[in-house]
Amino acid sequence: MDHSPILVVITPFVGAYLSPLLGLWRERLCYPVAVAAALLSLFFSFRLAGSVLTSGTIRYWVGGWEPPWGIELVVDPLSAFMCLTISLVSLLAVIYSKNFIEKELPRGKMTSYYTLILLLIGGMLGVVVTGDLFNLFVLTEIFSVAAYALVAISGKRGSFIGSYRYLILASIGTSLILLGTGYLYIITGTLNMADLAVRLPAFYDSWVVFGALAFLLIGFGIKTALFPLHTWLPGAYSIAPAPVTAIFSAVVSKVGGYSLIRVLFTIFGLEFITDLVPVAPALTWVAAATILVASMFAISQTSLMRMLAYSSVAHIGYVVLGVALAVEMGMTGGILHIFNHALATGCLFFCAGAVIYKTGIRHIDDLRGLGGKIPLTMAAFTLAAASKVGIPPSAGFVSKFYLSLGALEAGEWIFVIVILLASLMSAVFYLRVINLIFFGGDKHEVRRDELPLSMLFPIIILALGCAVFGIFVGIPLQLVEPAVMVLSEL
Amino acid sequence: MTTIVIKTIARVLVPFLQLFGFYIIVHGPVSPGGGFQGGVIVGASMILLALSYDLSSAEDRASHKVRIIMDSTGALLFAGIGLLCLLVGGVFLEYGIIPLPMAPAEVRGLMILLVGVAIGIHIMALAASLFLHLAEEHDT
Repeated sequence: MDHSPILVVITPFVGAYLSPLLGLWRERLCYPVAVAAALLSLFFSFRLAGSVLTSGTIRYWVGGWEPPWGIELVVDPLSAFMCLTISLVSLLAVIYSKNFIEKELPRGKMTSYYTLILLLIGGMLGVVVTGDLFNLFVLTEIFSVAAYALVAISGKRGSFIGSYRYLILASIGTSLILLGTGYLYIITGTLNMADLAVRLPAFYDSWVVFGALAFLLIGFGIKTALFPLHTWLPGAYSIAPAPVTAIFSAVVSKVGGYSLIRVLFTIFGLEFITDLVPVAPALTWVAAATILVASMFAISQTSLMRMLAYSSVAHIGYVVLGVALAVEMGMTGGILHIFNHALATGCLFFCAGAVIYKTGIRHIDDLRGLGGKIPLTMAAFTLAAASKVGIPPSAGFVSKFYLSLGALEAGEWIFVIVILLASLMSAVFYLRVINLIFFGGDKHEVRRDELPLSMLFPIIILALGCAVFGIFVGIPLQLVEPAVMVLSEL
Repeated sequence: MTTIVIKTIARVLVPFLQLFGFYIIVHGPVSPGGGFQGGVIVGASMILLALSYDLSSAEDRASHKVRIIMDSTGALLFAGIGLLCLLVGGVFLEYGIIPLPMAPAEVRGLMILLVGVAIGIHIMALAASLFLHLAEEHDT
């Protein structure tokens, strides 16, 4: 019996509780523990992906109790895909943290940092493997609480207010999720997702089900940062340490999106959300608004971190747009974009962190001439930005292409215009930065000096990923295509 | 304002509170209660001590370091028992499969007790920390 579904979740949690113990003795030991735990998670994610591809959906009964009584872990292609994305980006972020944290955090915070980041990783992995709605709520709460603390951990000016704002809004989100879960439990008497999917059709005309759907939509909408529920995001992202922001933007908000997909497609089912209650068509418009509004805000930003934050809000919009179109091409594009955007945005935030680490610069105008100082990092930045704009043959182009095809397949040509327009807008703000970096003259006193290897390695890996997965699209599609099949059949 | 009345009552109450907490923890397998509930009661007794006397008298009995060690140990014990079941060929937390010279039902009861104790250790440190950590002096 393959125990990877539970091991992938347990490993980061064991690491999270080992590091305070070791941290009491030697603070330096926390880093290797965190890297080891993240590495093991990645290993188990690969094993999961392998066994899902060969033998289909894995069901794991925790404690040996049969569902719906016990808690069931369900790993279908979408879960395995999310697991791989989460553990890959998290591992790179943990590796990146070493030098960054030593410089940017006050003394004595290292132990808490690595503990919290492992809790964050474990919570997210738990959300994507669980097959139980209440379990999903609990794990959402676990990774959210870790996230609030990580936003505030630097103790710098504005970090507490940013964290507090995030705490209040996201807590409203989790409360609504709990209410929605409770409503579904009242009417069906079960919390297991597969069981809910079987029992719900009998209550499709009930107001309780509509209420539950509304609560869950808004709750996960806040977690996903869909317009107009995105207001917590730019503040939190620009304050948190760069490796944490990279995880936030690459996977934390995607996990919210994943939960949304699970609730809509696995629990309520395709027929309910498109025909009976037109949630999916409504979500496409919300997503389109998210894409356009966030791109507009991104153009007007002067801080690099905030610009990237708004840009990542826009890209969450692409993911939701693709999935909510509820046609094969669109869903393929949306789910593929989870991975492609994670690579690009992770790389961009790592680069922004590298600039802060080297020079302390946060404003876009001060970036002039940095291309000559940290050339490899800035080249990686350019590559990742190209992927975000969607310049062929980068990875971002492929998923945007699928999204456009999906919009045409659904007969919603207006969304093709939205995607093109938003790509042009993102070209505006990314090209401005790239222009300043390489052709903005040189006004810095710093020597030409690359980053430490522990920071450079994750940046290079992600940048190469943006290029490689634009050409070898087949590799992620191996998991994405079965994921779309599973979702649309339900 | 703490008075002699409050202090005396707290002094008498704290040992009984803790004993009651431990009772709830070890009776988890057979009666309502368990690790979480018992742990919260024991943790609350430390909060009572901090409120009625002062912070340092609670800190003397449960220092920051001790609480971190208890917190981590409890959680790791829980995970360890779960992983032990994997080693002997069961799934996570499938206690019944652990080969002990007892009836499977008794093995289950024993393991539920151990898991309860692990959770109890974890929660008593956590519940006390929720209050004490906020009250402690911090550098930053």
